[in-house]
Amino acid sequence: MVELALPKNSKITEGRTWNKPRGKGDWREFRVYRWSPDDDENPRVDTYSVNLEECGPMVLDALIKIKSDIDPTLTFRRSCREGICGSCAMNIDGGNNLACTLGMDEIKGTVKVYPLPHQEVVKDLVPDLTNFYAQHRSIQPWLQTETTEPPSEWKQSREDREKLDGLYECILCACCSTSCPSYWWNSDRYLGPAALLQAYRWVIDSRDEATGERLDNLEDPFRLYRCHTILNCSKACPKGLNPAKAIAELKKKMVERRY
Amino acid sequence: MADMRTPLNKVRGLGSAKEGADHFWRQRVTALANIPLTLFLVVSIALLAGGDHAQVAAYLGSPLAAVPLLALVISAAIHMRLGMQVIIEDYVYGEGAKVLCLVANTFFTGLVALTCVYAIIKLSLGS
Repeated sequence: MVELALPKNSKITEGRTWNKPRGKGDWREFRVYRWSPDDDENPRVDTYSVNLEECGPMVLDALIKIKSDIDPTLTFRRSCREGICGSCAMNIDGGNNLACTLGMDEIKGTVKVYPLPHQEVVKDLVPDLTNFYAQHRSIQPWLQTETTEPPSEWKQSREDREKLDGLYECILCACCSTSCPSYWWNSDRYLGPAALLQAYRWVIDSRDEATGERLDNLEDPFRLYRCHTILNCSKACPKGLNPAKAIAELKKKMVERRY
Repeated sequence: MADMRTPLNKVRGLGSAKEGADHFWRQRVTALANIPLTLFLVVSIALLAGGDHAQVAAYLGSPLAAVPLLALVISAAIHMRLGMQVIIEDYVYGEGAKVLCLVANTFFTGLVALTCVYAIIKLSLGS
């Protein structure tokens, strides 16, 4: 049966308080999930205080401040710090988001930071996204054609190109898939909203000639139909995309080709 | 022992079952049918409230009452089986337990539906 409680070695314990607010300033408390593969200890939640007057406005700025000034062992992924690489996706204030584009003024009180839910943790805030990337690979996210390649480029009408808007912008941060309860329970077989949004992006591409095969590969009780229209994906997407709609469009296509 | 399968191998698994659209479609068609049919059942129960066996039998003697109720039993049973199937597939992980639950689901639904159908026909034909 589905596991509703955490396994014993995943139970979160109270961690260490690294510092207290000192002197004047706009101090904010951070409660951050910590786990290291190097010891046998359970995960814990550590407490840090950050003077917001001394760092940038985003949650990522505070995490970098913590790593630089308070605790260099704190581990997280980050790269572009402007919402285009998807590296710093984590669970902040109860929702999946990009630490670099979520302002601390959008959060009331203590900032709670956890890794993306229901993924294996590599260390601290770093989730293991191996399965997530393999799922993206499995939908074959590249143009597939049989017609002899034209000398210049595959042409596409302006209208057909517009159909890709709202789909191509996905940065594969995994906020949507890891917010989906159906993905939590069945991520071994359900492709999840991110992979399905990309699958739809290629199904709807007027230049692609493998539409039927793509739909064949998706038509499966688990790969596609584990989506129960919960809509957490669309709520979570930090890029404002709508994976749930893309999945609904895929389901429509499945019916359309039957009748 | 370490699992040496590649991530892509695991994701591809046994491949696509190439079905699911039929399940999806039937669930929606039966859902649509259940709306007027359930309303009909509610009205029927209201009309027959406090009535005795003879009144119910007389009511069901008309095909205008018996046929929609038979349709409701069939539609609701199919809808129930499809819905329960999804829940079992969602939450029951062991292959053996899953198959057992799916078979039990089909048997249970069939039993409920046939019992209802039998009762309606028996009352309708007045025996």
